[in-house]
Amino acid sequence: MTTGTLALIVLAIAVVGFILGRQRALSLVSGDSRKLHSRPGYYGQVVLLFTAVPALLLMLAWLFLQPIVVENRVSATIPDGVVPEGGSRSLVMSDVRRIADGLDALMSAGRFSEDDLTDMRADFVDVRTRLGEVGVALGSDVQPPVFEAAKLYRDNTSTGRALMTGAVLLVALGLLVWSFTRISPAQRARNASESFVKALLLGASTVAVLTTVGIVASLLLETFNFFKMYPARDFFFSTTWNPQFRGGSDLGIIPLLWGTLYVSLVALLVAVPIGLMIAIYLSEYAGKRVRGFAKPAIEVLAGIPTIVYGLFALITVGPFLRDWLAQPLGLGNSSSSVLTAGLVMGIMLIPFVSSLSDDIINAVPQAMRDGSYALGATQSETVKQVILPAALPGVVGAILLAASRAIGETMIVVMGAGAAARLGLNPLEAMTTVTVKIVSQLTGDTEFASPETLVAFALGLTLFVFTLGLNVLALYIVRKYREQYE
Amino acid sequence: MKDNIEGRKLVDQMDVKFETRDVQVFYGETHAIKDVSVDILDKTVTSFIGPSGCGKSTFLRALNRMNDTIPGCRVEGSLTLDGEDIYDPKVDPVQLRAKVGMVFQKPNPFPKSIYDNIAYGPRIHGLARNKAELDEIVEMSLRRGALWDEVKDRLQEPGTGLSGGQQQRLCIARSVATAPEVLLMDEPCSALDPIATAQVEELIDELKQNFSVVIVTHSMQQAARVSQKTAFFHLGYLVEYGDTDTIFTNPTDPRTESYITGRIG
Amino acid sequence: MTDMPHSNGADGIARDSHGGKSLLAVDARTRKRNASEARFRLLGKIAVAIGVLALVGLLASILSSGLSSFRQTYIDIEVYLDPAKLDKEGNRDRAQISKVSTFGYKPLIEQGFMEAIEKSGVSLDGISEKEVAEMLSKEAPAQVRNFVLADVERIGQTAPFEVLAGGRIDGYFKGRVTMESAERDRNVSPAQLELADRLREAGVVKVRFNWDFFTAPDASDTRPEAAGLGVAIIGSAYMMLIVLVLSLPLGVAASIYLEEFAPQNRFTDLIEVNISNLAAVPSIVFGILGLAIFINFAGLPQSAPVVGGLVLTLMTLPTIIIATRASLKSVPPSIREAALGVGASKMQTVFHHVLPLAMPGILTGTIIGLAQALGETAPLLLIGMVAFVREYPAGPPEGFFDPAAALPVQVYNWTQRGDPAFVERASGAIIVLLVFLVVMNIAAILLRRRFERRW
Ligand SMILES: Nc1ncnc2c1ncn2[C@@H]1O[C@H](COP(=O)(O)OP(=O)(O)OP(=O)(O)O)[C@@H](O)[C@H]1O
Ligand SMILES: [Mg+2]
Repeated sequence: MTTGTLALIVLAIAVVGFILGRQRALSLVSGDSRKLHSRPGYYGQVVLLFTAVPALLLMLAWLFLQPIVVENRVSATIPDGVVPEGGSRSLVMSDVRRIADGLDALMSAGRFSEDDLTDMRADFVDVRTRLGEVGVALGSDVQPPVFEAAKLYRDNTSTGRALMTGAVLLVALGLLVWSFTRISPAQRARNASESFVKALLLGASTVAVLTTVGIVASLLLETFNFFKMYPARDFFFSTTWNPQFRGGSDLGIIPLLWGTLYVSLVALLVAVPIGLMIAIYLSEYAGKRVRGFAKPAIEVLAGIPTIVYGLFALITVGPFLRDWLAQPLGLGNSSSSVLTAGLVMGIMLIPFVSSLSDDIINAVPQAMRDGSYALGATQSETVKQVILPAALPGVVGAILLAASRAIGETMIVVMGAGAAARLGLNPLEAMTTVTVKIVSQLTGDTEFASPETLVAFALGLTLFVFTLGLNVLALYIVRKYREQYE
Repeated sequence: MKDNIEGRKLVDQMDVKFETRDVQVFYGETHAIKDVSVDILDKTVTSFIGPSGCGKSTFLRALNRMNDTIPGCRVEGSLTLDGEDIYDPKVDPVQLRAKVGMVFQKPNPFPKSIYDNIAYGPRIHGLARNKAELDEIVEMSLRRGALWDEVKDRLQEPGTGLSGGQQQRLCIARSVATAPEVLLMDEPCSALDPIATAQVEELIDELKQNFSVVIVTHSMQQAARVSQKTAFFHLGYLVEYGDTDTIFTNPTDPRTESYITGRIG
Repeated sequence: MTDMPHSNGADGIARDSHGGKSLLAVDARTRKRNASEARFRLLGKIAVAIGVLALVGLLASILSSGLSSFRQTYIDIEVYLDPAKLDKEGNRDRAQISKVSTFGYKPLIEQGFMEAIEKSGVSLDGISEKEVAEMLSKEAPAQVRNFVLADVERIGQTAPFEVLAGGRIDGYFKGRVTMESAERDRNVSPAQLELADRLREAGVVKVRFNWDFFTAPDASDTRPEAAGLGVAIIGSAYMMLIVLVLSLPLGVAASIYLEEFAPQNRFTDLIEVNISNLAAVPSIVFGILGLAIFINFAGLPQSAPVVGGLVLTLMTLPTIIIATRASLKSVPPSIREAALGVGASKMQTVFHHVLPLAMPGILTGTIIGLAQALGETAPLLLIGMVAFVREYPAGPPEGFFDPAAALPVQVYNWTQRGDPAFVERASGAIIVLLVFLVVMNIAAILLRRRFERRW
C-alpha cells in the first residue's frame, strides 16, 4: 500500500467518524439538538479530528524515522572487511540502497519472484548484469555481504511499511471508537474541538522554529564532522583554497571570504548611493507623474529572480566589461570578475535600498523639514543636513540589511564572479565567494564522508552566522530608529 | 489701494513692514483665506487670534511662502515686504525666509547638537566668516533665546535632549540666529507649561526691540499680554484688526466680541 | 550695510545682514546655493534614470538574446521507411525493431534530404553529401525513430517529416552564426550556409514558431536545437503545487495563531523572532537544509520535485505569514466584536468572519510568495535539480518523486554548456519564466484591486 492510499484511507475513516459522531449525538437526544451542549456538527468534528490527526502525524513521523532505523540495523551487519580501503561505510550503504532499489525494479518488471530472491546468492549469480538489465548501474561487482545487506534492507523496509500501515490504521480506528464512546449530550464538544484546532494552529506556527532548528542542527552537525577530518585552524586561517579529489586539500576560507566581501563592497558602492538618491528624489522632489512611473519600474527590479541577473552578468555585463575595460587597460581578460558580479548585484540591491530608505526618509517628521525651510534652507540643504542625519540610523540599518543580502546572494556570483579562489585587489579579475563554493562542493554526486563535501557545511554555517548577525543588528538599529519618531 | 482698513489709521510714526492686500489662499478647491488685507508694523508684536480652522496658520505661512512646500496650495493678492512683492517670480523664497523666520507650534529641534542647531542657519547663509564669529552668533542667539545660561556648558549635547520649553526657546534662538527682520510664531507656547510660556513671552517682548513679531495664539490673555496689535480671523476672513487694547476692550464687530467673551470657537 | 554683520548694535545681533538687500535681486551666495540645489536634483534624476535604465537594459538584453528561441529552423523532407533497414526479419515485431538504433535511421533521413534538395532544383554547388547531411540535427533520427516505434506498421511507407536543422544552420538564420564565424568553425562551413540560404528560398528549409521549446525535454550538449523546457515546466509546476498545498494552510494556521490566539510569552516571542529571521536567511542555506535533512536524513530522492517543493515551502512560509498577518490585522476589531457579541466563540469568529474578509490579502501574499519561489534557483542546485533529465516525470502524486528539472535551474544548466546556442535557449527560458511571473503578479494586483476594501 502506498503512503498516499494509506492517507486517503485514514481520511475516509475520519469522514465516516464525523458522520457517525454527528448521528450519535443527535440520536442520544432523539433529534432535539437544543438538548446538546454544542451543535451536532461539533460532535462529529471531534471524532474526525481525533481519528485523522494523530494517525496522520504518526504516519509522517514513521516515514521520517524508518529509513534511519533501517539504515543503522543494516549497516551494523556489514563486516568491516567489505568497506574498501580509503572508502567509507556510507558509500557501501549507498550501494546497498541501489541494489535494493534494483531488486525492486527487477520484481516489478516481472523477471523475478520473492522466492527467486531468497535463493539468489551473490557468489553464484552475476547481480551486476542482472541489475544492469533494469537500468540500475553499479560501479563494481557485488560482494556477497553487501548483497545480503541489500536483501536485509529490502526486508526491513517492507516489514517497516507493513508495521506502519497496521499501526496507523490501529490508531485511527482506536481513537475513532474512543472518541465515539465519549459522546454524550453534556460533552463540551465545541470546546474540545476548538482546543484541538488551537493546538493544530500552534503546531503550524512552530514550523518556523523547527526550520531554524533543522538549519542550525544540520549545519552544526556536519561542520562538527568536518572539523574532525580537517583542522579548524586551517579552515579559518589558511589563505589557500585548493580542494583535491584524492585528499590533501587546502580548504582555507580566507580567500572565499575576501571574494565575498569584495563583491559585496562593490555591490554596496553601486546600490547605496543610487538607491539612496532614488529614494530622496522620489520622496522629496519627483512630481506625481514621475513617481507614478519610476517607483513601480524600480519595484519591478526587486521582483526579478536572481537567476535573471546572473544571466545578465554572464551574457551582457561580463563581456562588456572585459572588452571595454579589462582588455584595453590590460587588467585581465576574464568576463567573470568581481566588478561584473558586484555591478549586477548592485543593480539587484538598488530597489532594496531605495524602498527601505524611502520608508526611513518618510518616517522623518515633516516638522523637521518645515523647521529647516523656515530658516531659509534649500531643499538639498534640508536633505543633506537635516533629513539624512536624522535618518542616519535607519539608513545604516538598511545598508546592513543590503549587505546581508549581498553576502548571501548566490546565483549572481555563481554566474558572474568566477570560480577561482584568489586573494587579490584587481576588480577585473575573477574571484570566488563562499556561496559559489557551497554550490560547487555540493552539486553533482556528493559523498558525505569527505572533507571536500563537508566543508560546504562549515561554509554554510559561517554564512548563516554572518548574515544572521548582520540582520539582527540591522533590525535592532531600525527598530530603535523608529521608536525615536513614534 | 484701499485706505479704509481699520488698521491703517492707527499707523503713526512706525514703519509698515508687511503690507498685504486682498490675499486669497487656496488648498486645491478649499478657499482658506479670503480677501485679507493687513499691515504688519516693524518693531511691534502682532497677534492673530480666531477659532480653530479659521486660517491663522495659513495666512502666517503665506507671509514667508512656507505654503510653497504644500502641493496644491495657491496664494493670490498682493503681499509686500518693505515694498517688494514677495510672490514676484524673481524672488527666491530661500532669501525671503532668511528675512522672515518662523517658529512652530511643536518645538522641532534638529537631531544635532545644540550648537549645530543654532549654527545651522548662519552656516547655510554664510553669516559667519570664521569659527569665532559663528561662536559669537551662537552665543548671542542663545542669549536672546534666554537659554544661554542653561546650556552654555553642554552645547555639544543633542538639542532633542532638552525639555519641551527649552526646545522651544532653542527653536526661537535658531530663528533669531539667521538675523531675520520678521519673526512668525505659530502658537509657540501651546506645548509649554506656564513657566516656560512666561519665559517665551518675556522673550517675545524683548525681541520686539529689533524685530517685527507675528504670533498666532489661542490664548486671549497671551495676546493681550504680548501684542500691541491684534487681528481677529473668522472662517478665512479678517474680521477686525487694530490696537490690542481696543480689540479686547471695545471691539467693533459682534463676532470679535463673542469670540473674546468665549461664545465662538 | 556693514561688513561685519555682528558688530552693529549694543546687543550684537545682526540686524541687517539681509536688511536693505532687495528680495528681487538674487545675491551671489543664493545663486551658488541654487546651483548646488540644481546639481543635487540632477543627481537624483540621474539615479532614477540609472534605475529605470538598468531595468530596461536587463530586459532588453534578455529579450534580444532570447526571443529567437521561440523560432526554430526546420527542414521539410520525405523519408522512405525502408523495411530492409528497419525490419530485417520482416515480421513487424516491435521489440526487434526497437533494437535498431538511431544510427540505422540516419542514412534514410540523409537520403530523404538529398531527394528533397534534388526535387527543389537547388544546386549543391560542389558540397559533399557528408556536408549536406551535417546540416541536419542529430536529433532528426530520433524523431523519425519515435515515429516508427509509435506504430511499426508505418514501415514501408514514405512519410513527410519536419526535421530539425542543425544548431549552426538555425543560428545562421537568427544571426548568431555568420559567414565569418563559419570560416573558423569546425562544425559548419560557409558553403553549407549558402546552401541553407538557397534551400530556404526554395522552401525546403523554413523557420517557424518553436512549440517544441515548451514541450520537449532537455537535450544533450551537441544538439541545442532540440532542447526544450517540457520537463522543467512540469517540475516547476509540481513544486509550485506542493508549495501552494503546504504553505498556504500552514502559513494561514500559523498566522491565525500568532495574530489571534498567541499569549504574550517567551515562546510566542521565539516564534516571532524565528519568522522574521527566516525571511533573511540566504536561500542557499535552505538548499543545505534540504540536502541534509530531506535527502540525507529522511532519504527522499535527489532531483525530485517533492524535495524542491518542501524546501521552497519553508522559504515561502515567512512571506505568506507576514502577508496573512497584515491582512488579518487590517480586519477592523468592530467585526470581531460584533461576532463575539452575538455569542460566537473566538474560533468561530476567526474562521467564519475574520478569515473570509482577510482572504484576498492572504491570496495576494500567497501568489507573491509563489512567484518568489518560482524564480528561486540556488537551493535547487544543491538538491540535485541540475541533473540532466530527459524523462518526463509521471503524473502527480507519484511524479513528485521522479527526477525533474525546474525552470530557473534549467536556465543555469544551459548557461554551463559549451555551445553558444544554449545561451539563446537560456534567455528564452528566462522569458518564459518572466512571463509566468508577470502573469502571477498581475493576478495578485487584480485580486488586490478587486477586493480592496475601505473600512
Ligand atoms: N495642507 C492643507 N491642505 C488642505 N487644506 C488645508 C491644509 N492646511 C489647512 N487646510 C484648511 O485650511 C483651513 C485653515 O487652516 P489653518 O491651519 O490655517 O487653521 P488655523 O486657524 O491655523 O487653525 P488652528 O487654530 O487649529 O491651528 C482649514 O479649513 C483647514 O482645513
Ligand atoms: Mg494653526
